[in-house]
Amino acid sequence: MQGSHFGLLIGIYYSKFNIIYMKSLFQERSFQGRSAGLSLSALAMTVALTLTFSVMASAAPCGVTRQTSHLSATHSTGQFGGHALADTTGLKLPAHFSAIVVADLKAKARHLVVTNKGLIYVKLAKPKAGKGILVLAAQPDGSARVVGGFGNYGGTGIYLKNGYLYASSNNAVYRYQLDAAGKVLQPDQPQTIVTGLVMGRQHETKSIVLDNDGHIYVNIGSPLNSCQTEDRMPGSMGIPGCPLLDSAGGIWQFKADQLNQSYGQGVRYATGLRNVVGLDWNQTNNTLFVMQHGRDQLHDLFPQYYDEKTSSLIPAECMYMLHKGDNAGFPYIYYDQFKKAQMLAPEYGGDGKKEVTGKYIDPIVAFPGHMAPNGLLFYKGTQFPQKYRNGAFIAFHGSWNRTPEKQGGYLVAFVPFKNGKPDGPWEVFADNFAGTDNILSPRQAKYRPCGLAEGPDGSLYVTDDVKGRIYKISYHN
Amino acid sequence: MKKIGKIVTPVILLAFVLTTAVGSNRKAGNGKMPLKVPGNWVNEVWIPNSDSVNAVLRGKVVYKAYCLSCHQFDGGGVENLNPPLIKTSFVLGDKARFIQIILKGFDKRVEIDGEDYSNNMPPLNFLTDQQIADVLTYVRNDFGNKATMVKAAEVKAVRAKLAQ
Repeated sequence: MQGSHFGLLIGIYYSKFNIIYMKSLFQERSFQGRSAGLSLSALAMTVALTLTFSVMASAAPCGVTRQTSHLSATHSTGQFGGHALADTTGLKLPAHFSAIVVADLKAKARHLVVTNKGLIYVKLAKPKAGKGILVLAAQPDGSARVVGGFGNYGGTGIYLKNGYLYASSNNAVYRYQLDAAGKVLQPDQPQTIVTGLVMGRQHETKSIVLDNDGHIYVNIGSPLNSCQTEDRMPGSMGIPGCPLLDSAGGIWQFKADQLNQSYGQGVRYATGLRNVVGLDWNQTNNTLFVMQHGRDQLHDLFPQYYDEKTSSLIPAECMYMLHKGDNAGFPYIYYDQFKKAQMLAPEYGGDGKKEVTGKYIDPIVAFPGHMAPNGLLFYKGTQFPQKYRNGAFIAFHGSWNRTPEKQGGYLVAFVPFKNGKPDGPWEVFADNFAGTDNILSPRQAKYRPCGLAEGPDGSLYVTDDVKGRIYKISYHN
Repeated sequence: MKKIGKIVTPVILLAFVLTTAVGSNRKAGNGKMPLKVPGNWVNEVWIPNSDSVNAVLRGKVVYKAYCLSCHQFDGGGVENLNPPLIKTSFVLGDKARFIQIILKGFDKRVEIDGEDYSNNMPPLNFLTDQQIADVLTYVRNDFGNKATMVKAAEVKAVRAKLAQ
């Protein structure tokens, strides 16, 4: 029972008792006794009621209640024949969408792919029992079972193209030939396509995507937060010319089928991108799209220009449409979604007010700051309604540096597209991965979305990299 | 009935007084409640005159200003990025090593209780010996930790050793 209920009961019972007492006073013979008794009990009644209301007002809720699904684990008939699992995910989805738990891997599941026969390959950040890629086979009820694994290296990137499974470690890219059923032919003998990539302590993962012209695109993230002389040191200024951009902080393009390439054989396709974990090839206009993780700690590093609240909100997490040679401006600028402007970074002479124009590309969508976009997927299927066709899903891993605000993200967002460009504002598509609205630190989030893939039936798969849960989101008319 | 009333009414009044006192304490950030312990007001926080309690309260102010954004309000850190401070060997172990982390920063990929973390921690050597001693005392006594104080003299000694 909550404190406010208890207080209310006490108040009611005492008031009821007091009324009886006051009634009995009217039989009192002595006038002084009666009036003293009356005034004292009137005071006490007032006090009791005040007590009741103050207890009710100050009673804090007994913690956030989780909206857990009450659906039992028993099966019900699904849209696609046979028995289907009930939705036990607790996700908040738009009307007519539901989700099931495909698997709980108990590993750091990063990106995933699904073959046209429904075989699932999941890339792990850290190998589990010597296996960095897990293979799952679909079961009749819609879940999937781990049937194998290979590749003793951690990493994030994984992509299917032209009969090959490509996967990346944190400094190399490999590929595995697939048979007609989509199974890897020689799991212990991958071909090394790219090697020797810069791997700093942070932003070390190498997400990948391929185009339709025999190229593979690899993110090489900046090993520094904002190219300071001393990384994350308050007041430390930017390294002149930011030389790391020669080998990191951008997207590199290599040939998809040439072995042992490194920087010398590749092309810096786009630069000025701090770290791109989510990227995808848009098939409608044959163009590369990326989601950038914006820089951190404007207030911590330059408190004279940014207060805590401002720093918790900016810079934006940006979606860029990239062509060869594009420069998105990191570390020299960051994008402020409120001013809708590229701002000169304090490391390079900025003060929170100086804007830069005419040098760098603008984002095509600017999302709230620090939400950490880890997955990007253009929807190619037809299961979802018309609005979602060719649109972009983004998996936001969730922030850690929005203090003093609540943390943000921990959701899958959607941007409608038309003719290869955004066609409306972004919206929340799937929410409540974290299991609570009130996240002050990321440790409180139960699940954090990371990777996205489309199944052969047009369902959307989402990975979580905290516990390795795989979700499948479907539409039912 | 009258006799019961004479007992119950004062009890209710007493309850009212006590509840109001307690209730105001429940409001967040209300430091205007002097405790029955000698001490002083410091930045709207009542600091009782006790060395270690003092240090913890001062240290919390330092934590909020310099540590919280990465290590989080609950000392939980951020998976893969910023180490937690909850009962780890670095927090509860050797004090000199702990002091050195504040003075020199932490830029190596080192496993901390089975996980590794990729963000750099900058040196915080611009804090005074007393501030460093206080924030380490705070960290060692919050987030479920319980350990001995760190004194300013110990910080001074480590700083001198590093300067050699």
